Amino acid sequence: MSVRRLAKEQPASFAFTPQSLEKVNFWLAKYPPAKKQSASIPLLWLVQKQEGWVCEPAIRLVARMLEVPVIRILEVATFYTMFMLEPVGRAALIQVCGTTPCALRGANELIAICKQEFGQKGHMTADGLFTWEEVECMGACCNAPMAAINDYYYEDLTPESFRQIIADFRAGKSPKPGSYTGRRSSEPAGGAQTLSDPALYDGSKARKIEKLPNAPEPEPVA
Amino acid sequence: MPGILEDKDRIFTNLYGFQDPYLEGARQRGAWNATADILSCGRDWIITNMKNSGLRGRGGAGFNTGLKWSFMPKTVTEGRPHYLVVNADESEPGTCKDREIMRHDPHLFIEGCLIASFAMQAHACYIYIRGEYVFEREVMERAVAEAYAANLIGEDNDFGYPFHLYIHHGGGAYICGEETALLESLEGKKGQPRLKPPFPAGAGLYGCPTTVNNVESIAVVGTILRRGADWFSSFGRPNNTGTKLMCVSGHVNQPCNVEEAMSIPLKQLLEDHCGGVRGGWSNLKAVIPGGSSVPMIPIDQCETALMDFDSLRDLKSGLGTAAVIVMDRSTDLIRAISRISYFYKHESCGQCTPCREGTGWMWRVMERMANGTAEMREIDMLLEVTTQVEGHTICALGDAAAWPIQGLFRHFRPEVEARISSYRTGKPHVQGAALLAAE
Ligand SMILES: Cc1cc2nc3c(=O)[nH]c(=O)nc-3n(C[C@H](O)[C@H](O)[C@H](O)COP(=O)(O)O)c2cc1C
Ligand code: SF4
Ligand code: FES
Repeated sequence: MSVRRLAKEQPASFAFTPQSLEKVNFWLAKYPPAKKQSASIPLLWLVQKQEGWVCEPAIRLVARMLEVPVIRILEVATFYTMFMLEPVGRAALIQVCGTTPCALRGANELIAICKQEFGQKGHMTADGLFTWEEVECMGACCNAPMAAINDYYYEDLTPESFRQIIADFRAGKSPKPGSYTGRRSSEPAGGAQTLSDPALYDGSKARKIEKLPNAPEPEPVA
Repeated sequence: MPGILEDKDRIFTNLYGFQDPYLEGARQRGAWNATADILSCGRDWIITNMKNSGLRGRGGAGFNTGLKWSFMPKTVTEGRPHYLVVNADESEPGTCKDREIMRHDPHLFIEGCLIASFAMQAHACYIYIRGEYVFEREVMERAVAEAYAANLIGEDNDFGYPFHLYIHHGGGAYICGEETALLESLEGKKGQPRLKPPFPAGAGLYGCPTTVNNVESIAVVGTILRRGADWFSSFGRPNNTGTKLMCVSGHVNQPCNVEEAMSIPLKQLLEDHCGGVRGGWSNLKAVIPGGSSVPMIPIDQCETALMDFDSLRDLKSGLGTAAVIVMDRSTDLIRAISRISYFYKHESCGQCTPCREGTGWMWRVMERMANGTAEMREIDMLLEVTTQVEGHTICALGDAAAWPIQGLFRHFRPEVEARISSYRTGKPHVQGAALLAAE
C-alpha cells in the first residue's frame, strides 16, 4: 500500500468545462441509472485531464454528480495511483517503469537521469515544467525499458533517446510515442519472423464457411 | 520456419499491427466470419465446444473456460441480468499480450465478447481496461463504435440478440486484476477483493450473475468455433492444449510477443523467436516463466521445461500468463526479486493483515539480503514468514508475494549466504564495536 493524501493548498472551486461535461455524459450513459457510482474513476480521470491533477473541490463535485457521500470518492482518488493529488509539470508528467523486467533492461539508468534532471520524485520541478515518478509495470515489458509520458508510451529507450525526449518536451515539442529503436510494436527487433504467409491477408479467410466443424446435423425433415 | 506453430494456425494474425486493425481489415482476416452460424448452433453447443477445445483461462489461473461458463445460472431471473466482464487489467509484471490484442485486433475480441455473452445469456458486457492503456482504450472505443455502426452489436443488431458492449477503465492498481477487486472497481469503489463465496457466477457485478474472463480467453473464441475444437486441441499436450500468446522480456537478444503452440520447449521459444539468451545459452542464469508471481527456475531446468501448465507445475513454478522473464549471469537475482517484493508491497490493497504487513516486511528484509546487511538466521525467518502469508489471505496476492522469494531460496540460497558473509567479512560482528572503533 502507498499512503496518499490530498495537497495542502487547494483551489476554492472546480467546474467541468462544457467539453468535459460532454464526456461526463458519455461515461454516465454506460452504466445502469441506479449504478452511477461506476463512473467514479472515469469522472476523476476527466478532472485530471482538464486540470492536470485532482483537487478537493472536484472530488466534492463528482460525489454530488454521482449521488454518493464525498468519502466514497475521496477513497477512490487516494486509492488509485494514477490520480495526481497535486499540480504536475505543464511540459510533461514522466512515469518511468521501474519493475524488474524493465530494470533488467536499463530502467535504473532512466531513473538516474530523472533524478539528475528533475530532483525529487513526485513533485513538480521549480520551473513548473516537469513531474516525474517511478511507477510499477505498465504492461509493455517486451519493449523495456519504457516510460509513460502524458498518457502515451515511449518504449525501447536508451539514456540517449530518453534525454532527447526530455529535451524535446522542455523545448515545447511533443515527441512521438512508440518504440525508439524503430520497432513497429512488440515484434522481435530486426523484423517479425512470423505472420508472413500471404494467405492470411488475401481475403481467403473471409470466404464463406459452408459448414462449421462439429455443427449439429439439421433435424431430418419428416 | 521458427518455432512449432505455422502461420496458417495463428489466431492473432495482426499481433504486431502491420495490418489494418479496424473492421475492414479484421473482416479480411476472418473476424466476424460465420458469427451468425455460430450463434445459430445454440448456447449449449458453444459451451460444449469450448469445453472440448480444452481452452484454459489465459489470465493466470488456467481454469477451463467452457466449464466456467457452464457455472452461470441456466435461467435468467427477473431483475438479475447476467454480465460478462472482461479482464483487460493486464498488470502482472512481464505480461504485455492483451495490449496487442486490443490495439491490433479489437474486432476479434469484440466478436468473442458477443459469442461468450450469448452463451451465458448476458446482454451486456463490460471490458475493464487498465487506466494506463490510454491508446489501447482509444482503439477499443473506435472499434466498438464501428461494430455498433455496422450493426454487429447493439439493441437491434443483425444477429437478433440484443447486446451492449461498454469500455470501462481503471486508475492504476494491480490488484484490480483480481476478479472480485475488478468488480468492486467497476462498481466505482476502491479495488479491494471480496471474500468468496459468493462466487461471481452467483453474485458478481451489481450482485448479479457474472463471469470474468481474460482478454485472450475471449478473443480466441470466434476462431476456435470457426475452425473447430479439435483443431485447437491438436496443439500442445493433453490438458494443456491450444495456442498461446507468450511474452518474452529481459535478457534475450530480441524480446517479443509471439503466438506459439502450448507445450513448446522453453529453450526453443527463446532460441527460435527471441534470438537466444544474451551471450548464449550458457550465459543463462534463471527464468521466471509465468509472470512475476511464479517462482523462478534455474538454467538446468530451463533446458527441459515445456511452456505449459503441467510441466512448469512439476518444476514447482507455473505457466501463469506465459510471461517469460529471462535473467542472464550478470543479473543480481537477489535484487531482481527484491524489486518484485517491492511491487507486491506497493500493490497490496491493505485489507488483510498478513498481506499488508507481510509484504512490507518481506520487502525490507529482501532489501537487506540484497545489500548483504541481513543476518544469516533471517533467511529461515523470512522463509517462515512467506509460508505464514501464503494461503492465509483473502486473495492470491499474498501467495504471489511469497512465491518469488521461495523460488529464489529454493535454487540460489548459497548466493544469498555468500552475499551476507562477504559483507560481514572483516567487519566487527557487534554493531556497537563498529561505533566504538569509529570514535
Ligand atoms: C493479484 C491478482 C492479479 C490478477 N491480475 C490479472 C490480470 O491483470 N489480468 C487477468 O486477466 N487476470 C488477472 N488475475 C486473474 C483473475 O483473478 C481471473 O482469474 C481471470 O481474469 C479469469 O480469467 P480467465 O479464466 O479467462 O483466465 C489476477 C489475479 C490475482 C490474484
Ligand atoms: S491478500 Fe493482499 S491484496 Fe489480497 S485482499 Fe488481502 S490485503 Fe488485499
Ligand atoms: S516491467 Fe516495465 S512495462 Fe512491465
